[in-house]
Amino acid sequence: MSMQITCPFCGDRPLQEFAYGEVYDIPESITDPDERNLDRAFFYNNVEGVQREAWFHSYGCRRWIYIQRDTIDDRIVKHE
Amino acid sequence: MNEFQERKVKLKWHEPKKTYDVIIIGGGGHGLATAYFLATRHNITNVAVIERKYIGGGNSGRNTTIIRADYGIPEAMKFYGRSVDLYYELEKETDRWLMFKPKGMLRLMHSEANLTSSIKRAHVNSEWGHQTDILSAPEVARMVPELDMSGGGKYPVIGGFLHHEGATARHDRVNWALAEGANRLGAHIHQRTEVQDLIMSEDGSKVKGVRTNKGDMYADQVLCAVGGHVTKVTSMAGLRMPIRTHPLQAFVTNHYERNFDPIVASLTLHFYVSQTARGEMLMGAHVDRQPAYNYRAGYDFLQHCAHHAMTMLPFMRKLRVLRQWTGLCDMSPDASPILGLTPVDGFHISTGWGTWGFKAIPASGESLAATIATGQQAELIQPFGLDRFAKDRTMGDLGSTGTH
Ligand SMILES: Cc1cc2nc3c(=O)[nH]c(=O)nc-3n(C[C@H](O)[C@H](O)[C@H](O)COP(=O)(O)OP(=O)(O)OC[C@H]3O[C@@H](n4cnc5c(N)ncnc54)[C@H](O)[C@@H]3O)c2cc1C
Ligand SMILES: [Zn+2]
Repeated sequence: MSMQITCPFCGDRPLQEFAYGEVYDIPESITDPDERNLDRAFFYNNVEGVQREAWFHSYGCRRWIYIQRDTIDDRIVKHE
Repeated sequence: MNEFQERKVKLKWHEPKKTYDVIIIGGGGHGLATAYFLATRHNITNVAVIERKYIGGGNSGRNTTIIRADYGIPEAMKFYGRSVDLYYELEKETDRWLMFKPKGMLRLMHSEANLTSSIKRAHVNSEWGHQTDILSAPEVARMVPELDMSGGGKYPVIGGFLHHEGATARHDRVNWALAEGANRLGAHIHQRTEVQDLIMSEDGSKVKGVRTNKGDMYADQVLCAVGGHVTKVTSMAGLRMPIRTHPLQAFVTNHYERNFDPIVASLTLHFYVSQTARGEMLMGAHVDRQPAYNYRAGYDFLQHCAHHAMTMLPFMRKLRVLRQWTGLCDMSPDASPILGLTPVDGFHISTGWGTWGFKAIPASGESLAATIATGQQAELIQPFGLDRFAKDRTMGDLGSTGTH
C-alpha cells in the first residue's frame, strides 16, 4: 500500500511515517455506564466506508493528526 | 468459481427455495464445513449456503494453507488439535484428494526470549498430544540446509521448534470437497447471491430469514460466516462485534527446483514460508496496520517480507515473484475465534478467524453443526462464545496465531 497522508505541519508524507490511532465512537444508544465501558474495551464500529481516525506522525513532527478515510479503497476523503 | 472449475467440481445448482431449515451466509470454508457436518452428522439437509461471489473466493481461497495445533492455551490446543485430527482424515472422509501434506512446522529461534517461550510451548503442546520438539542449531541446519544460520549476521539461529503435525492442503480443494459433500446430500449452494438484510421478528429478538438480490428466503436458524464482512451482517441483527477487519497479504515465487519440506517460520522476523505442490515458495507476514476492506496488494509488504525471507534463506534471491494477493481478516481482540450462539434467537456466528482460521475449518464446522442441530453450544467451543467479553473471560492467545 503506497498511501500518502498530508500532515498539516510537514506536507505530503508516506504512510509508513505514521502510526495508526483509532478514534473510539461508542454509539449513543448504549447508555448504561458498564455497557459503555464494555463497548469501549472490546467492540468496534469496523466501518465499511468513511471513518474518522487519528495518525501519529512518528517519523516527522511527532504530532497527532486527524483524517477521514474510506476503508474500502483507502482514499483519504478529508484532512482535518 | 469460473466456468472451468464449475464443470470440474460436481455441484448441482438449484433455484432458491422460499424456506430452509438452516441458512448459512458465506460460502467460505467455515460456512461450507457447517453445511457438510449438518448433512453428514445430523441429517439436516434442507440447508442453503448463500455466497455473494463464488465459493472459496474469500479468505478460504486466499490463505497460505498452514495447518497446525501448536497453540498456547489449553482451550485452543484442544480445539485446534481436534481440527488437525479431522484434517488428517479429511481425504478419506470426503473421498477427495485435497493435496494434504504433513511436513512439520519449524520455527526458528533467534534469542533467549524465543528459546524460553518455545520450551514452555513445546512442553505444553507435547503434553496435549501434539508432539513438538526443541532442536539444537546443528539439527536445524541439517533439516534445512538452505538456511543462513547466521541470519545475515543479524539474526543468528540458536535453535528450532519443530511441531511434527504441521501440514498444508490445497485450499480450493478443501472448500470444494466440503461443498460437494453437503450438496450431494441435498444442501443448496447459491452463488452470486448477496445477503442485503436479515428478516427479524417484530421485537428483533429472533431471526426469521434473509433478504437477497435473488429474493427473500426464510429459516429459523441462520449462521453468519462471512469473514471480514461480519460487522455489516451482524449489525443487521442489531449485534455489535468485537472485530476489526485488516487486510493480510501473501505472495508466491516461481518454482524452486528442490524439495523444501518443513514449513519454516521465524519467531522474530515475522515471516513464514512453505513450498506448494507446484514448487512455488509461498510466503506471508503480518496484517496491514490500519483496518480496511481494500484488496490492493502493495510493494511495501513485498519489500519487507522478501527482505526477511532472503536474510534467512539466501537462495530465494534468485526466485521471482509470481503473484501477490490480499484477504480481509476478521481480527478478534484476544486472537481467538468467536463462535456459536448469540443473544438473538436462532442467529449463530462464526468469526474472529483473523489470519488463522483455515486450519480450524473442520472442527469449527463440526461444532457449529452440533450447536445448530441441538440449540446448545457444543462443548469444544464453549470457551469461545460471544458472551466471553462481557464475562471478562477472554481467551488471549496472540502469541500462537502468527498470521498462519
Ligand atoms: C493471506 C492470508 C493467509 C492466511 N494464512 C492462513 C494459514 O496459513 N493458516 C490458517 O489456518 N489460516 C490462514 N488464514 C486465515 C484463513 O484464510 C481464514 O481465517 C479462513 O479462511 C476464514 O474462513 P471463513 O469461511 O470464515 O471466511 P471466507 O473464506 O472469507 O468466507 C466468507 C464468505 O462470505 C461471503 N460474504 C461476505 N458477505 C456476504 C453477504 N452479505 N452475503 C453473502 N455472502 C457474503 C464472502 O464472499 C466470502 O466468500 C490466512 C488468511 C489470509 C488472508
Ligand atoms: Zn508531521
